[in-house]
Amino acid sequence: MLGGIDLRGYNRAMADDSAATSRGFTDFETDPSRYRHWKFSVDGAVARLALSVQEEEGLGPEYTLKQNAYDLGVDIELADALQRIRFEHPAVKSLVVTSAVPRIFCAGANIYMLGKSTHAFKVNFCKFTNETRIGLEDLSKHSGVATIAALNGTAAGGGYELALACDQILLVDDGNSAVSFPEVPLLAVLPGTGGLTRLVDKRRVRRDRSDIFCTIAEGIKGRRAKDWGLVDEVPSKTGFDAAVTRRTDAAAAQSTRRAATPVALPRIGLERESDAVLRGRHVELRVDLGARVADLLLSAPAADEPVERAAMLQKGAELWALRAFRELDLALLALRLDLPGVNLVRVRTKGDGAMVARVDAALLANADDGFLNEVRLFMARTLRRYDLTAKSFFALVEPGSAFTGSLLELLLGADRAYALIADDCGQLAASAMNDGALPMTHGLTRILNRFCGDERAASAARKALSAGALGVEDAEQAGLITMALDDLDYEDEVRLAVEERASLSPDALTGMEASLRFPGPETADSKIFARLSAWQNWIFQRPNATGPGGALTNYGQPTRPSFDYRRT
Amino acid sequence: MSLDDRIPNNVDLHTDRRLQKALEQWQPKFLDWWMEMGPEGFQTKDVYLRTAISVDRDGWATFDHVKMPDYRWGIFLTPEERKRPVGFGDNPGVESFEEVPGEFRNPLRRLIVTQGDTEPASVEQQRLLGQTCPSLYDLRNLFQVNVEEGRHLWAMVYLLHRFFGRDGREEADEMLARRSGDPDKPRILETFNQPIKNWLSFFCFTMFTDRDGKYQLGALAESGFAPMRRTCQFMLTEEAHHLFVGETGITRVLRRAAQLAKEHGGDVKAGGGIPIEMVQRYINYWFSYSLDLFGSEISSNSSDYFAMGLKGRFDEEKKYADHSAREGFLEVPVVEDGRITIRQTPLRNAMNECLRDDYIKDCEAACKRWNRALEEEGAEQRVTLPNRRFHRHIGEYAQHKFNSAGELLTGPDAAARVAAELPNAEDEAWVGSLMKAVTKPGAFANWIAPPKVGINSMPADFEYVKL
Repeated sequence: MLGGIDLRGYNRAMADDSAATSRGFTDFETDPSRYRHWKFSVDGAVARLALSVQEEEGLGPEYTLKQNAYDLGVDIELADALQRIRFEHPAVKSLVVTSAVPRIFCAGANIYMLGKSTHAFKVNFCKFTNETRIGLEDLSKHSGVATIAALNGTAAGGGYELALACDQILLVDDGNSAVSFPEVPLLAVLPGTGGLTRLVDKRRVRRDRSDIFCTIAEGIKGRRAKDWGLVDEVPSKTGFDAAVTRRTDAAAAQSTRRAATPVALPRIGLERESDAVLRGRHVELRVDLGARVADLLLSAPAADEPVERAAMLQKGAELWALRAFRELDLALLALRLDLPGVNLVRVRTKGDGAMVARVDAALLANADDGFLNEVRLFMARTLRRYDLTAKSFFALVEPGSAFTGSLLELLLGADRAYALIADDCGQLAASAMNDGALPMTHGLTRILNRFCGDERAASAARKALSAGALGVEDAEQAGLITMALDDLDYEDEVRLAVEERASLSPDALTGMEASLRFPGPETADSKIFARLSAWQNWIFQRPNATGPGGALTNYGQPTRPSFDYRRT
Repeated sequence: MSLDDRIPNNVDLHTDRRLQKALEQWQPKFLDWWMEMGPEGFQTKDVYLRTAISVDRDGWATFDHVKMPDYRWGIFLTPEERKRPVGFGDNPGVESFEEVPGEFRNPLRRLIVTQGDTEPASVEQQRLLGQTCPSLYDLRNLFQVNVEEGRHLWAMVYLLHRFFGRDGREEADEMLARRSGDPDKPRILETFNQPIKNWLSFFCFTMFTDRDGKYQLGALAESGFAPMRRTCQFMLTEEAHHLFVGETGITRVLRRAAQLAKEHGGDVKAGGGIPIEMVQRYINYWFSYSLDLFGSEISSNSSDYFAMGLKGRFDEEKKYADHSAREGFLEVPVVEDGRITIRQTPLRNAMNECLRDDYIKDCEAACKRWNRALEEEGAEQRVTLPNRRFHRHIGEYAQHKFNSAGELLTGPDAAARVAAELPNAEDEAWVGSLMKAVTKPGAFANWIAPPKVGINSMPADFEYVKL
């Protein structure tokens, strides 16, 4: 508590603080036996996810999820199912995303939920759903699981955006079912899960047609949806299942998915020691809400961590690389959704960096194994989630630290890095994992990104790192450490830097960090996040959307929106 | 034949080149549709039909024997003697829209398309009924209903062609492409995809489903979009006959049931009639399906339509003092935590429910008249309307099961208890077995009583359809 204000929960429902805090931390872990909203099935090479949202089973009590509309709880299940396809169902070569509700595929994010959420929750909800959609694309691109959206009913807003994240889209031509983006005409906001970007960047729907499409609330159906490239095929109702099967089978036959044995993902459940500590086996998150600071500590693998293929496969989900990054993932999500009061995170590592390097090397050497490749892909996604988390990250290199290889990425991705110069001080080291196996959202390695795309500086630093472990003073020389300080200065300098940082406006910091973290090129993914942060979130704050006369405010109310028609 | 003779109208069709062109292209498609999906087997017969050739007192109902494909489907807007401003919503008092305001284009189009789609749908649903008509009188009424539904399609298509440009023309074509009950291209509203297999269903349909039309048209007849308002007003004059056919049809079935019960010691079936409790199950089915047509009890669309001044309440101008409906709530029973509780719903969001309320009252009045007829025939049994929560597919109650008294049913037998109050296979087989054509002038099938008076006061043995 700080000044009587509970900074822990987001007050997800603005009207009801107590409910939000008593609900505590969001549970991001689930499994198919607990799904409420998705019917998940696997039949040979084909997995099927059919959306059937239970109206009354929303994460919050203050809204019902009508028309197959989703909230965070629905998306957590989707994200979980995609993970399980990766790890538990290596035989799956294509995935059908469809609906189990007649005439409606999905109406997108629930509007009442959005209307009742705090801005911070909306932003982080959207961020998570975006990561899930991009994960869906990643599943196809890097894991060889073709994805097919089988729209057996209307797909509106986020529903169509979900479809856009699939490789192929089939829309039933029943004279009624349409794809649509009603956000602009109906709600005066923007599609929040990459829909606009994917429309023109991915599907290349002509600009003028996209323009029309995005302003017709009821959307476009049938033949025209196909002609405009909004969907790939518009089978009749009776021919729909056959068309889906045809495409699914064809896609499965072309799949390049690597062979693997299934690995079950058990629940991790970060342990909450008190409200102040979240602890996993390899990850610990300590929160000091009074100071608006958290400490994130990752441990390197123990000496007996297997690095031989057979032994690694044997260890399965308990492999350090998978377990540690799953824990990191949960810690990041807790920071985003449940710890809004944390402004800055001090990132530390500990243990034997050499073990990290051995694990990294083993993962890459055995990348032909589907499971081990998935582990690496998961590490990559988690690190991207780290890059995209709106907290200040300061990496601290202290005695006993292990900023090597995949853990070095945390330092490279941090906003700043401080190091203590001491006899037994930590050292930095690279592994092959730093050379492109863990790319950022905009495609760069974190080393290259650190030097803003300056290849020469980046490769000099990379060379210095590969010559063996790099002392912190040399690392500072190489441009990898912001400040290396001796024990006389270190503690105070870091304290001041942290306190100073935590005192700045969190909004300004979020925007500043997002701008500085991604120099260089753009990709569709990075555009999606940038536009989410800039445009969508801006519009969410504007009176025309959320002011008293705003369209989002007035949606479902007896009153109509009234706009301020002056352009900004 | 001049254009105005071919297409009787009061919209100055001969001066509107764009509309002419659109209708000239659409009319052959409509006739193709009529030949394919209109009444099967009677297209070449002379039918004693009422045709509207103008909107004045003498013109809107001229009777003559006509072949249905030659029926002159026209376009009529009720004239308005005084300038009528937008009567409700956010901007009452502003001038009515004579053209479509851009900001309302999509919602208006949706309203028109949804309404328009029901008109040809019912013709399709009823296309085989002629072959089992209980009399020439009923056969003629069926065809009158059919051609007028066709005209109502014209009325909606006129709005699409005249006011919505290319999109409107495409929607007008789509109206002819969808088919009732077609697995690939069904009609928009589910009720209009339910088959009408026998005349009892036809009477229930014209009683209950066409009556929804009356209330929808009535709400649109208040619209601030003047052409729609005036079109719907004229449609309402025709709709009355359809409701008459439905209500009196059921009355006649019930009367006959009561008579046969008396003659056969209570065994209506033994007398070859339709037992009253069986009629009750058909009422349950069609009344509940028709209630769905009003949409969700709590609806943001209904609020928007009202706020925009596009769709009012029934008799908005006459019946209400406050036309903004900004204040006030309607108590809507909803299911929460397994119990029925009242939700205070802002009036505007409950506009569908307001309309449904009026509709139910109207149906209740008809129900009273049926029971009076039963009383006159000396029967003890009565029919009732099921509760509005019973057997619903749209809205708050669709997710739950209720009995006809409106009580929430839980447990594994809930679905069976609902089904028990609906027509079963045996009912369908029995009613189906009675459906044999009676085509002798003045004769009536045994399961239905004759009407009190003929159409246009024609004698009982008048040859309404020349076979």
